[in-house]
Amino acid sequence: MSKQDFKILGTRPIRPDGLDKVTGKAMFGADKSVTGMLHARILRSPHAHAEIVSIDTSKAKALPGVKAVITGADFDELKNRWTGYTSQNCMAQDRALYDGHAVAAVAAISKSIAAAALKLIEVEYNLLPHVTDVDEAMKPGAPVLHVGVKARKLGDEVSGNTVGYYSFGHGDLETGFAEADEVIERSFKTAATHQGYIEPHACLADLGSDGRGELWCSTQGHYNVRLICAEILDIEESQLRVTASEIGGGFGGKTTVFIEPVALMLSRKSGKPVKAVMTRDEVFRASGPTMSSSMDIKIGMSKDGRITAAQAKLRYQGGAFPYQMVMMGAMSAFAAYDLDHVQSEGWDVMTNRPKMISYRAPGAPMAVYAVEAVVDELCQKLELDPIDTRLKNAAREGTKSSYGPTFKAIGLVEALEAAKAHPHYSAPLAENTGRGVSCGFWFNFGGQVSVSMAINADGTVNLIEGNPDIGGSRASISMMAAEALGIPLDRIRTIVGDTASVGFSDVTDGSRVTFAVGIATINAANAAIKEMCKRAAMIWEIDEDAVEWVDGAAQPTGHNAGEFPPMSLAEIAAVSGKTGGPIAGHHEGAPDKAGVSFGVHLVDVEVDPETGFTAVKRYTAFQDVGKAIHPAYVEGQIQGGAVQGIGWALNEEYIYGEDGRLQNPGFLDYRIPVASDLPMIDPVIIEVPNPGHPFGVRGCGETAIVPPLAAVSNGVSRAIGKRMFELPMSPPKILKAIG
Amino acid sequence: MRYIVAKNSRDAVALLGAGDGAQPIAGGTDVLVQMKLSGVAPSVLVDLKKIPGIRDIVLEDGGIRIGACVSGAEMGENDALKNMWPGVVEAVELIGSTQVQGRATMVGNLCNGSPAADSVPALLAAEAIARIEGQDGQRDIPVFGLLEGPGRTKLGKGDLITSVLLPKAAKNSADAYLRFIPRTEMDIAVASAGVNLQLDEAGVVAAAKVALGAVAPTAVLVEDAAAALIGTRLDEAAVKQCAEACEKACNPIDDKRGTIEFRTKVAGVMATRAAKIAFQRAGGLL
Ligand SMILES: Cc1cc2nc3c(=O)[nH]c(=O)nc-3n(C[C@H](O)[C@H](O)[C@H](O)COP(=O)(O)OP(=O)(O)OC[C@H]3O[C@@H](n4cnc5c(N)ncnc54)[C@H](O)[C@@H]3O)c2cc1C
Repeated sequence: MSKQDFKILGTRPIRPDGLDKVTGKAMFGADKSVTGMLHARILRSPHAHAEIVSIDTSKAKALPGVKAVITGADFDELKNRWTGYTSQNCMAQDRALYDGHAVAAVAAISKSIAAAALKLIEVEYNLLPHVTDVDEAMKPGAPVLHVGVKARKLGDEVSGNTVGYYSFGHGDLETGFAEADEVIERSFKTAATHQGYIEPHACLADLGSDGRGELWCSTQGHYNVRLICAEILDIEESQLRVTASEIGGGFGGKTTVFIEPVALMLSRKSGKPVKAVMTRDEVFRASGPTMSSSMDIKIGMSKDGRITAAQAKLRYQGGAFPYQMVMMGAMSAFAAYDLDHVQSEGWDVMTNRPKMISYRAPGAPMAVYAVEAVVDELCQKLELDPIDTRLKNAAREGTKSSYGPTFKAIGLVEALEAAKAHPHYSAPLAENTGRGVSCGFWFNFGGQVSVSMAINADGTVNLIEGNPDIGGSRASISMMAAEALGIPLDRIRTIVGDTASVGFSDVTDGSRVTFAVGIATINAANAAIKEMCKRAAMIWEIDEDAVEWVDGAAQPTGHNAGEFPPMSLAEIAAVSGKTGGPIAGHHEGAPDKAGVSFGVHLVDVEVDPETGFTAVKRYTAFQDVGKAIHPAYVEGQIQGGAVQGIGWALNEEYIYGEDGRLQNPGFLDYRIPVASDLPMIDPVIIEVPNPGHPFGVRGCGETAIVPPLAAVSNGVSRAIGKRMFELPMSPPKILKAIG
Repeated sequence: MRYIVAKNSRDAVALLGAGDGAQPIAGGTDVLVQMKLSGVAPSVLVDLKKIPGIRDIVLEDGGIRIGACVSGAEMGENDALKNMWPGVVEAVELIGSTQVQGRATMVGNLCNGSPAADSVPALLAAEAIARIEGQDGQRDIPVFGLLEGPGRTKLGKGDLITSVLLPKAAKNSADAYLRFIPRTEMDIAVASAGVNLQLDEAGVVAAAKVALGAVAPTAVLVEDAAAALIGTRLDEAAVKQCAEACEKACNPIDDKRGTIEFRTKVAGVMATRAAKIAFQRAGGLL
C-alpha cells in the first residue's frame, strides 16, 4: 500500500473535549446527581478466603435513612455461567474469595448514613485457607477457588486453580538448541499492577418498577455494561439505557462491571435512583488489576546473533475467578522474531485476589519482558549489539509468526533501524548508567462497530459513535469523516451515543477504535456521499452514475462532465428537504484486518550504587502506528504507555501479606511514577500503512506499554553489572542485587 | 463535630482541655486525611491559625522563632531563616507538593508523631526548642523531649505548641537534611538524616549533631555518628565510621516501604551525604 496524500489526517487540531475538561464542565462518572437520589456503600470482606456463614442486615435496615440493603441472596438464579462469575465478583455468594470482595451493600439518603449502616451489618465468616502466589496456587493440594473449571488438557501435576492452558509454536526445539553456541535459561517474576486510572468507578442507576432502567457510568464500553447488567438483573436489553460519562482513564480496567449491577439492584429495591462511587481503597482492592506472573525462558543463539531456538513457559495469576489471558502472553512472547524453532506455553491460574481485567496490551508486557531480558543477556554474553541482533532476527512481511499467522506489512525493521540511527543510541553513557533496548508487540483488534452520520441542512455533520472516547477518538473520527467527505474539520461534531441512539459497539479496547470506528465512519461517509450524488443527479436530471464526489462536492462526470458547476455538500444539504428529505449515512460492521504493531524503546537509566535508586535519564520510543491520524494524540499514547511500563518496571506492585490482605491500597504505597520522576519521553512515529484500513491505520494505544519493562530492566542490569529477574525493581531489590 | 476558631492560645488550651476528643488543627494536611480514612471525626476541631502571632517568623536574641501555623511555603520564602537553618527549611519544604506546602506546618509535622516526619530529624540536629502553652501556662521543651512513638508525642491533654525556636546558628556552622524515597516526590521517607555541623577556623568539625528518621519508633539523635565526624574534615574513614554508627542506631521495621536491611544501609548513606552537604555549607572543603 503506497502512502497517500491527506488534507486533514496528520494535522494536529485542538482536541474537541479539551475546553470542557480544563474548565471542569466535563461530566465524569461521579458528577451526575438527580433529585431524590440515594447513596450506595458496599461492605467488603476483610478476609482473603472465607465461607459466609450468615449475614444479618436487620440492624442496618432499621437505621433511619436506609432505603435498601442487599446481599448475594439478591443475585441468585443466574442463568449464564460467565455472567454468573461477573455477578459473583460484584457481590459474593456463599464465599468471600479475596480481601475486598463485596458481601453486602446499602443505599441510604446520605453518604454518612450509608457508611454507618455498613457498620451495622453483621457477617459471620468461617475462614478458609487462601493462596495469592501463582506458583503456590498451581501446586497440587493448594486451596482451590472453584471446583470443576480446571483446563481439560491438564493432569494431576497442577491444581484445579489452573483454568487455562495454551501452547503455540513451530519447528523442533531440540534441533534448534543443538544449533546454538550459547543457551540461556532464566526464571522471572512480575508483580500484579493496576491501570492507575485517576477516576474511580462511579455510576448513577435508576431501575423502575416498570422494568425500565437508566444507567450513567464511567466505562470503556456501555453496550457491554448493558449486556452484563441486563443479564444479571434479568431485564431486556432494550429496557436498559446506558450512557457512558466522560472517562478519567480506563486502560482496560473499565471493560467490565463492578458496582453497576449493585447500584441497579439497590435502585430496584428502593425504587429510587442510586449513586455508587468507589473509594480509592475499593478501586485497589476490588477492581481488576492485571496478572502477576512467574515465567521460564530459554533461548539459544549462534555466535553471530541468530536465535536458533526459543521457549517460554508462562504462569499467570488472574485472581478469584476463571479467566483467559495468558494466551495473549504466549502469543506475544516471540512475536518480534522470525524463528525456525519456537514454543510458548501458558497457564492461567486462579488465586484469592481480585479478578484480573485487561490492562493495556493484557498479557503481553510480562512475557515480552522476560524474553527481551534473555535476548539482552545473550547479546551481552556474546558481545553483540542489541539492535543489530534484533534486526538479524526481526519479523518482517512474510514471516510466519510464532503464534501462527504470516505477517503482512509490518514496521519492526523500520522501528529498529530508526532506533539505531537515532542520536540517543550513540550518545555517550555517564557513570552508573546503563542503556536498555527492547522490542514490543501488540495484535490490535477490530470487532463490532456502529456509526451514524447526519448531514445537516446548514452543511454541517453530526456523527454518533458507540465507543467511549478514552484516547481521542472524537478527534480522530471527526478527522477521518472530514477527510472522507472532503469538508473542513470544523463542520463536524462527533459524540459518543448512548445505547439507545446508535447500534451495538464493542468495548473501547484492543486499540481497536481508530481502526474499526474509522472504517465504519469512512463507510458511513461513503453512504452519505452516494446519497448526495443521487440528489445532485436528481437536480441536474442526469444519471446517478454520471456523478462523482470530488473535494467535498458532487460533479458531473463522463459525457456530462463540465455541464453543471459542482454542488458542494452544503449546497446539496441546503435543498435536501425538497429533494427527498434528510441525508444521512450509517455503517454497521465487524472489520477484522487490524494490523499488528511493533515498537522499540531505548532508555538510559542511572542507578545510585549506594541506595539502589533508579533515575530514568533519557527515553526514546519508536512505534509503527500505520498512519497517525492526529499525531499529538498518538505521541500521547506512546508517552503514556512508556510511563506506565516504567512504573511497572520500577515500583508498582500489589503487595499481599501472609494474611492474604492487600497492604498498599492507595497511591502512596502503590507507586505510579510522578511527573518529576521522568524525563520527557521522546516519541518517534513510524508509519508503515496497514493494508487492512483505507487510510493505513493500525491501533497505537497498547504497544507502547510492552517494551518499557525489559528496556528498563536491561538498562538497570547493564548499569549495575548484574542481571535482574524480577519486577518491580524497587530500590531494596536493586541494592540487594548490587550486594 | 464542632469546628471552633480559637481567638487566642488560652482559649485554645481551654477548648482542648475541656472535653474528650478535642483536637487542634493547623494546616490540616494530616488531620483531614486521617478523618477521611478513619471515618471518625473529633468532637471539637480547634483551629489554631487565627491565634495572634502564630503565623509569624521572628528574629530573637536567642535565635529565630517560627510560629506554629507558619506554612512550609512561608518558611521557604524567609531569607533570614533559610540562611541560618537551610537544613530545617529544606526538610520542611520536602513535605508534600506545592499545594500541600501552602498549608502544611512544621509543628503539625512534629505533633503528628510520624517516625518518618521530614522536619523532625532536622529539628533534632538543630536542637530546636518548642514553646508549649498548657493548662499550667507556658513552658519551653527541647523537641527531642517531645518524641514518644509512632502517632504519639509527650504533649499532655490540652497542650499546644505555639512556636518553635531555632537557636542562633554558631559561626561556621550549617545544617542539611536528606531523605530516601523510591520516587522523587510525594512519598514518605524510608530513611532520612538531619546533620548540623560547626567547623573551627581550620575547617575541622568542632561540633556535630546527627539525627535519623524513619529507622526507629521516633527520630533519633546518634551521638556516635556525630562523634565520628568531630575532629575531622570528613575524610573517608570518618565518613565510614559515621555510617556504621548510624547503622548501629537503626531499629527499623520491615514493611512494604523497605526492608530492615535496606533502611539500615540507606540511613548511613543519607547521614554521610547530608554531612557532606552541611560541611560544605559551613565553608568546609571536601
Ligand atoms: C499529599 C501529602 C503529602 C505529604 N507529604 C509529606 C512528606 O513528604 N513528609 C512528611 O513528613 N509529611 C508529609 N505529609 C503529612 C503532612 O502534610 C505533614 O505532617 C504536615 O507537616 C502536617 O502539618 P499540618 O499543619 O497540616 O498539620 P495538621 O494536620 O493540622 O495537624 C497534624 C497533627 O498535629 C496536631 N497539631 C497541629 N498543630 C498543633 C499544635 N500547634 N500543637 C499541638 N498539636 C498540633 C494535630 O492535632 C494533628 O494531630 C503529607 C501529607 C499529604 C496530604
